[in-house]
Amino acid sequence: MKTDALIAMLAQGPVAAPRRAVGHRLLAAMAIGVAIALVVMLAALHLRADLATAVHLPMFWIKLVVPLTVAALAVVAVRRLARPGGSGGPAVAIGALLLVVLAAVAVADVVIAPANARAALVLGKTALPCVFLVTALSLPTLVAIFIALRSLAPTRLTAAGAAAGALAGGLGAAVYAWHCNEMTLPFVAVWYVLGMAIPAGLGALLGRRWLHWS
Amino acid sequence: MEDVEEALRAALQLALAGDNGAYVAFLTRSGALLRSYFRRRLVASPSDVEDLVQETLLAVHNRRHTFEPAARLMPWLYAIARYKLIDLLRAQSPRHAVEIPLDGDEGIAEMLHAEASPAESQRDLAKLLDTLPDRYRLPIVLVKLEGRSVAEAARTTGMSEPAVKVGIHRGLKKLAALASKRR
Repeated sequence: MKTDALIAMLAQGPVAAPRRAVGHRLLAAMAIGVAIALVVMLAALHLRADLATAVHLPMFWIKLVVPLTVAALAVVAVRRLARPGGSGGPAVAIGALLLVVLAAVAVADVVIAPANARAALVLGKTALPCVFLVTALSLPTLVAIFIALRSLAPTRLTAAGAAAGALAGGLGAAVYAWHCNEMTLPFVAVWYVLGMAIPAGLGALLGRRWLHWS
Repeated sequence: MEDVEEALRAALQLALAGDNGAYVAFLTRSGALLRSYFRRRLVASPSDVEDLVQETLLAVHNRRHTFEPAARLMPWLYAIARYKLIDLLRAQSPRHAVEIPLDGDEGIAEMLHAEASPAESQRDLAKLLDTLPDRYRLPIVLVKLEGRSVAEAARTTGMSEPAVKVGIHRGLKKLAALASKRR
């Protein structure tokens, strides 16, 4: 087909396009993913039994703020990466810096603690379930964001996949925090971060193939 | 330079608001930019250029909702073009992807030469080829343009097979360098 004929064909139908499609589709994906994760958490895991008293403790909120900060930075990166030529931007460096700060505070916490309490501070009682469940609760969001991204046009597929995974991980961890009754910062710095890193790595691995559009 | 960016962006914005005429103008002008972009990068296979222009225009059309009105248009357009080009090179042969320069923001050069016709570029290519020494020119003509096998080209020219391969590799590099100097 001649290129002019192709152009005429493309311009024949309605050519208007939705404005803010990128933001709207990502938002819808996040809403769907979090809704599914919340339902699963409430039905299969239940809210922590001492929620009424826990909400008065700063640690409860810190456990929410850490993953939500990751999610907020990741959504900024995903929005940029969803467009042709877009990169992750400053959000990636800011996120890395904040994780370093979190790690430093956690190390200080452990160092200050009496030697016989240190292991419990880091390991808690639910380390492995935490990692597994954060990852599991992030999967619905990961799938939803991937579907949204496939209708957009990322050109850095591995980076877009990783950012999508970090976003899903952050939201999954924020949902899990309502069930989890660990109350130490070192626990969050190790196991929550690991739980978020797994979906991020998964997203990076799957991005090249699954986010490819033509 | 700025006016191409501005004119194209204005046309796309009108189009996205539903103006079909502006859309034809946008696609036609983008097509010219893309043609020159691909021509410079597909010196060895000029027959792929128009296919790639069409593929990219189709992608631009299907993904036009990812254009942010506040952002610059050229980087968006060329990012799609490069994505399509890399797809093609990957599909053909991973080896060629290394030979053809993909990076750099050559948007300015593209814009300067956007209006050249395909026939002109064929002539340009032939002229550039003639400036290459035989050990580069013959392998390219035989293998890349006439589509013969490396073994055949080796027999015809009396060169060894590795020499033919090296000739193609270096010759294409040289051609790309010459082409970018000329433009």
